[in-house]
Amino acid sequence: MFKGGVKLVDFKNLSKNEPIEEFKYPEKVIIPLSQPTGSPAKPLVKKGDNVVEGQVIGEITGFISSYIHSSVSGKVVDILPWNLPTNRKSLSIIIESDGEKKQIEQIKRDWIKLESNEIINIVREAGIVGLGGAAFPTHVKLTIPQGKKAEFILINGCECEPFLTCDYRVLKEYTDEIIEGIQIICKATNVKKVFIGIERNKIDLLPYINEAIKNLKIFIEIEVKILPERYPQGSEKHLIKSILNKEVSSGGLPIDVGCIVFNIQTTLAIKRAVCDGIPLTERVLTCTGLVENPKNLKVKIGTLISEILNYCKGDIKYGRKIVIGGPMMGIQIPNPEVPVIKGTTGILLLPQESLPENIQPCIRCGKCVNICPMYLAPSEIGRYVEAEKYEKCENLNVFDCIECGCCSYICPAKRPLVDFIKCAKVKLRKK
Amino acid sequence: MNNKNYCKIYCSPHIHSSETTGKIMLYVIISLLPALIGSVYFFGIYAFKVIITSVFSCFLSEFLFQILMKKEIRIFDGSAVVTGILLAFVLPPRIPLWITAIGGFLAIFLVKELFGGIGFNIFNPALTARAILLASYPVEMTKFINPLDYRIDAITSPTPLFIIKENLTQKLPSLWQMFIGNRPGCIGETSTVLLLIGGFFLLYKNVITWHIPITYILTVSILSLVFKQNVFYQIMGGGLILGAFFMATDYVTSPITKRGKIIFGIGCGVITFLIRKAGGYPEGVCYSILFMNSLVPLINRYTLPKKFGSRK
Repeated sequence: MFKGGVKLVDFKNLSKNEPIEEFKYPEKVIIPLSQPTGSPAKPLVKKGDNVVEGQVIGEITGFISSYIHSSVSGKVVDILPWNLPTNRKSLSIIIESDGEKKQIEQIKRDWIKLESNEIINIVREAGIVGLGGAAFPTHVKLTIPQGKKAEFILINGCECEPFLTCDYRVLKEYTDEIIEGIQIICKATNVKKVFIGIERNKIDLLPYINEAIKNLKIFIEIEVKILPERYPQGSEKHLIKSILNKEVSSGGLPIDVGCIVFNIQTTLAIKRAVCDGIPLTERVLTCTGLVENPKNLKVKIGTLISEILNYCKGDIKYGRKIVIGGPMMGIQIPNPEVPVIKGTTGILLLPQESLPENIQPCIRCGKCVNICPMYLAPSEIGRYVEAEKYEKCENLNVFDCIECGCCSYICPAKRPLVDFIKCAKVKLRKK
Repeated sequence: MNNKNYCKIYCSPHIHSSETTGKIMLYVIISLLPALIGSVYFFGIYAFKVIITSVFSCFLSEFLFQILMKKEIRIFDGSAVVTGILLAFVLPPRIPLWITAIGGFLAIFLVKELFGGIGFNIFNPALTARAILLASYPVEMTKFINPLDYRIDAITSPTPLFIIKENLTQKLPSLWQMFIGNRPGCIGETSTVLLLIGGFFLLYKNVITWHIPITYILTVSILSLVFKQNVFYQIMGGGLILGAFFMATDYVTSPITKRGKIIFGIGCGVITFLIRKAGGYPEGVCYSILFMNSLVPLINRYTLPKKFGSRK
């Protein structure tokens, strides 16, 4: 178990028992070429082109980059910069659906006969990225660097953010496919030992998983680890600490301690790409909070968030805010006319909190220092940022901060510690 | 739907704990109530007048300062009230009210606000004010009386620690009398049991952690055993319980890390004992905490945790 972190009220009961529902086929999708991590893709289509679902429309531009596929069949009506749910802008391909639901030819494969590099190539061409939020290209993770050895695969089913239940539902409803995906990952990376980490509030999934791992196709060992509900349990480094009791050093990658971590939905996407030839064009997300009908929805990438909120009867009025992702690390967006991207885990409608107008002074209670899961001193960093002494923040390891939000959450003076840290990072990078 | 400016944009996280500075101060005030009621019982209504004067003086000083200096008005967070009660607790029961008022003013104006207000003071306001008063009005500040003697000119009586220090022939109060608080001493420091109730309440509410009070009291106990002093008189005879649970744990003037708190507690214990045993005063809690307050930035610097991943 890792030190620090906070216990949160999880609010998962709002949407926990809602089966995954397929969201209507969108009339128009906006597909950004730059989905969070890596270099943006290069457009392969132009205005007026006809595309089908699953067709590649954006080409890889580097190793850490991923292919972009059309999620509907229809016509490219425009290519222009559009706002992302991360409050950035990216060149996006706008496709109007023709309603014919034409798909590319799906090649069924028997993964047992595939070689490791073939699997990685399929994953790369299917445009699969980490679906837990950071959207790091998965083929990069599967490619083990020279001189490193992977001993363990960790499947991250913690979903430690309150409100979100999409991974829980996926693991419950597609257990067999996920176990198959795990075996494909093991085949690609030549690993024999797998841990599935879930938080205690998902303990009811245990029978499903145990049932599914009875008939494995290759010889691997899968162990389910029930972890305490403690935020940020689902952070990659903390999951590794909890399961393997190893600390990934600052700036290091999980492969340094011999493991690779995959999200539940990423595993599912790998299985579908490899076995069924389906590229990543849709994902499951949770729309919850103050909406009237909280739901877990399977949504095409590029669907407008406003349409989803409408469907779940989320009334956007004064005193409410839209947050993309979980409440602890999610991003508040000013305008719901933005598309769902690969890293969108949830859409939350939350009440506006009554926080102090001005920044209150730190009373030095030390709570943030005690709960910081990266063992930093947020209070001290905050004070230096207020004094604009950014170089001091670097000495306090500000770049190690994972921005989990525990410090801001716990602070009795309601100091915006995460804002301070982000500010320090930006100022230091500029230098 | 397309109204872009329907609300302010905040950075994550979008949920916060219900804890606030005001709430913490309220918990501290609640935790001081048992001892406050006890002090009125033992030292009469005059003790209550001292407490009210002190609170009022602190509150007013802070309010006036913030108005005069055009700072944000923060008096309603309750920290001035806490300082006021704590200051009264470390004053003798028959202290003239005007001295109390000066103490409150010094605590807030000199020690707290001039250093930048809540969160920025280096020394504990209540204890610093007491130290200044003790130096300025030594006669009034050392006039202790017998409890349950409600007369305004009650007979003076030495505190247990003074009796021990000076080897007086006077009879020491029994351990039980000291435990419930029936002994001469400062207004709020006498009743061990009532202070412990408040202290445990703060521990239960997670306002304070065990690190400072336990290490502080333990250090004094161990040193008393080693140097053949009566442990119980050392713990309950002076202001140790009040100091350990309510003064040394003051957020602003104590270290922020757990390791730092342990060092702080041990340091306070050692210095308290040194003053009591080898110094000129019978009591050392006040000066020991003030001394350790001055070391807090240093302790913080050397006890900050090592970042995640720096040990294998």
